[in-house]
Amino acid sequence: MASLKELRNRISSVKSTQKITKAMQMVAAAKLRRAQDAAEAAGPYAERMASVMANLSTSMKDSPGAPPLLVGTGKSDTYLLLVMTADRGLCGGFNTNIVRKSRERITALQAEGKTVKIITVGKKGADQLKRLYNDLIVKRYDLGGGKNVGRDAASEFGLMVREMFNAGEFDVCELIASEFVSVISQKPRVQTLIPAADAIDDSVARPDLQGAVYEYEPDEEEILNVLLPRYVDTVILSALLENSAGEMGARMAAMDNATRNAGDLIDKLNLVYNRTRQAKITTELTEIISGAEAL
Amino acid sequence: MADKLHFDLVSPERRLFQGDVDMVVVPGEDGDFGVLPGHAPVMSAIRSGAISVHDGDDVRRTFIHGGFAEVTPDGLTVLAEEAIDLSSVDREQLAKDLTEAKEDIGLARDDHERHIAEAKLAKFEALTEALNG
Repeated sequence: MASLKELRNRISSVKSTQKITKAMQMVAAAKLRRAQDAAEAAGPYAERMASVMANLSTSMKDSPGAPPLLVGTGKSDTYLLLVMTADRGLCGGFNTNIVRKSRERITALQAEGKTVKIITVGKKGADQLKRLYNDLIVKRYDLGGGKNVGRDAASEFGLMVREMFNAGEFDVCELIASEFVSVISQKPRVQTLIPAADAIDDSVARPDLQGAVYEYEPDEEEILNVLLPRYVDTVILSALLENSAGEMGARMAAMDNATRNAGDLIDKLNLVYNRTRQAKITTELTEIISGAEAL
Repeated sequence: MADKLHFDLVSPERRLFQGDVDMVVVPGEDGDFGVLPGHAPVMSAIRSGAISVHDGDDVRRTFIHGGFAEVTPDGLTVLAEEAIDLSSVDREQLAKDLTEAKEDIGLARDDHERHIAEAKLAKFEALTEALNG
């Protein structure tokens, strides 16, 4: 049985841990709101972009002049995976889930005989993936503590990916990031980025033209050339934003749990402490009484 | 609302404007074009420049950098990479940004950095032009 002093020390140490987790939970909650707002504010743009792209891609997909960003290089030998995780841990299974998903994907692709290249976004993903796939990681991209989650960063990142694509370094690009289902639920998902035509499914809403036909200015091909790079940037940006919202949500939930666990532990320790104290007093009393009786 | 045009201006970071207006003049890739209610469906790339929103006697000019306009029967949607309210532009700061962007091109160490610097310069030049125009 631990001594009273030891118990007191343990209780106070658990209490300070609880204070930390509580503070982290509140910080995460505040950041979550901001991240969620940012993700939601980016929504309309991404939506419109997707619907415009859907329109263009349906009409351009089969034309011979379609840009490779849209239809791909015609091969699928080399895959580039963008694995997006957080920069920091202490957010439950958030990072681990994304890494597990990417591991599954890498294994599946390698089994098909594809070459896989990885760009990691966020420190945690890089740390976890380098143990297994150090040779495959071509670039690491740090989030800089949330500073690099924004439009500038997304377009710089997009430019880098597009330059690699134009240099023929990969054929297909997939994005592995967390999907923000709700504050308490994030699901890792794999999303095709390039070729863009594969990424656009039929579920994207197209505007009802009431029988009219679009006029294109200058022409479809030109517009597509302008729009495709932006589309890539937009998808990356929404993924970054959604991911950081997910990270905060996961951290909030994890820290909430930790705070509650610390509370339970404190209750238990207090019980043990009180019992021990009581037992000690009883023993002392018994000793005094039996001592008095002996006289 | 047949006599008003529904106009949406969205940037990747937020929705900047949403509402009904009389007319919008968009700086298209091939020249400016005005959009009135009931305009035929058009998709157009946008060059960097000022977009004018006319509502009654009120004209609001906003600088748009890199974007795309789509006219559907529901109205006009402009997707702008970046939008700056022209009345809020600081001319001195702009002149400084312009010189800095020029320097950056000289300092660029590889293609990647040069692309970024060139894009920046083009933006600031267009902004200056819109401000003077």
